[in-house]
Amino acid sequence: MTSLTRSWRWVESEAIGYRRVWRGTVISSFVNPVLFLSAMGLGLGTLVDSSTDDLGIPYLTFVATGLMAATAMQTSAGEGAFPVMAGIKWRKGFHGAITTPLSPTDIVRGMMIWGSIRLTFVLTVFALVSVAFGALDLGPALLAVPPAVLTGLAFQATVTAFTVTRENEVSLSTLFRFGIIPLFLFSGTFFPISQLPDGLQVVAFFTPLFHGVELVRKIAVPGADASIVTPLPIWVNVVYLVAMAAAGIVLGSRWLDRRLKP
Amino acid sequence: MAEPLVQARGLTKRFGDFVAVDAVDFDIAKGEAFGFLGPNGAGKTSTMKMITTVSPITEGKLRVFGLDPDAQGRQIRQHLGVVPQEDNLDLELTVSENLYVYGRYHDMHRADIKARIVDLLEFAQLTDRADSPVEPLSGGMKRRLTIARALINDPDLVILDEPTTGLDPQARHLLWDRLYRLKKEGATLIITTHYMDEAEQLCDRLVVMDKGKIVAEGSPRQLIAQYAPREVVELRFSEELMDAMASKLDWLEGNTEILADRVIVYTDDAEETQHQLTERDIHPEQVLVRRSSLEDVFLKLTGRRLID
Repeated sequence: MTSLTRSWRWVESEAIGYRRVWRGTVISSFVNPVLFLSAMGLGLGTLVDSSTDDLGIPYLTFVATGLMAATAMQTSAGEGAFPVMAGIKWRKGFHGAITTPLSPTDIVRGMMIWGSIRLTFVLTVFALVSVAFGALDLGPALLAVPPAVLTGLAFQATVTAFTVTRENEVSLSTLFRFGIIPLFLFSGTFFPISQLPDGLQVVAFFTPLFHGVELVRKIAVPGADASIVTPLPIWVNVVYLVAMAAAGIVLGSRWLDRRLKP
Repeated sequence: MAEPLVQARGLTKRFGDFVAVDAVDFDIAKGEAFGFLGPNGAGKTSTMKMITTVSPITEGKLRVFGLDPDAQGRQIRQHLGVVPQEDNLDLELTVSENLYVYGRYHDMHRADIKARIVDLLEFAQLTDRADSPVEPLSGGMKRRLTIARALINDPDLVILDEPTTGLDPQARHLLWDRLYRLKKEGATLIITTHYMDEAEQLCDRLVVMDKGKIVAEGSPRQLIAQYAPREVVELRFSEELMDAMASKLDWLEGNTEILADRVIVYTDDAEETQHQLTERDIHPEQVLVRRSSLEDVFLKLTGRRLID
């Protein structure tokens, strides 16, 4: 069995468990974008569009693309946190699996594959809802899915690496309160980071969700002008996210090995 | 003698300054039911984890199937069945799905797994629960399922870490019955336990561990013969008399243990001991004579201090 085969065996077990809960997750993947796009896109968007035309595109389009990346972050951060803590501590499933030919590295990779599959589904639903709201055309909406999945993978990997070093769920809620929620609000999801004070703009520039949001917009809104995306070349966004995902997977595997095999 | 299935020489496990396993030697032969007996914290689980290849060896040599756990862990695990101290079943899966995914982890073909599941569910007496979720199962059923899961790959060595801890007597006896059957079929078992009756029932040979060291080794019968005289007389006195008992019993030359509520006397001839007590005008309120057990060996070797 190659390492990839072993990781797929983990994916298979996740998929078997998922068969029982998929209905609930389908409903939430649908309801979440409907709520956000109604409130932010249509409600707030009417106000924004009537007072400024600086964005060059409808606010609904702006926020839908931002939310694709932000949703990817939130979904994947959750995947990197709770199932991982459960596997280590709450239900100890990882401890059982590593007594079979599977290794901690196989498990981490399997979780990344599974997380990306699930996220692709969640984001495709998001894209279709965006089309239904008139935020995006079908082509650009679907093109936005892969960069958003990459954003999610980068977060799932790094949050996994973080979680495997944590003793309990307290640090997980700290991560969400002081990490994920501020990123959600200040990474250009709801307004261009050019609106931030200069100092904070620099900070935002180095945060991961900013690169996710930029990447999605550059792909889904071709020709978007400088008011909504920075002139940063697209490959910088890609390299940032790929490096983040790779670092998360490598360190997450190493630290999980140390955690499970003291 | 054939090469042992598991061989340890000077096997040591340290966590920082704490020595969990302190240079132990043992050989486990194919087809044997081998026990690790000892109080909590004696180093049993650390030893199991090294054999299972999920804890690196600090020092010394360990070979499982002739392979090195640090370098050839995966090859070893392919032929192991592991029953951990705490159940770690997947609560999102059904009974048979729990078996299925472990079969897949072991790279078995779907059809082979399905056939094996039928046998294992029968073995674990869970056939009628095959499609039930795991959550509502009783402790004993979960334990049996965990054992069945460990057998999915038809392992050459089954490692059971405190298999019956926390189960009620019915569930324990049923589990013993299953393990006994496994043993009859020729499986090699390693069992850790702090239940003496369990070790006496299941183990061909065992070691007693205390504070990371092996303090005794042999078959249950040998150990009892070596470390505990044949019979035990338990004496109970009224509270006022208890305090004075220590000095009144020194003629027994240390073959006694004075506990809070009773005195235990180890002897080769219980009748004679009782006779001597009467001669010395010692009249306990209650006398209980019993055969000495592995429990007496255990307490004699590992002491009666309280261990958490």
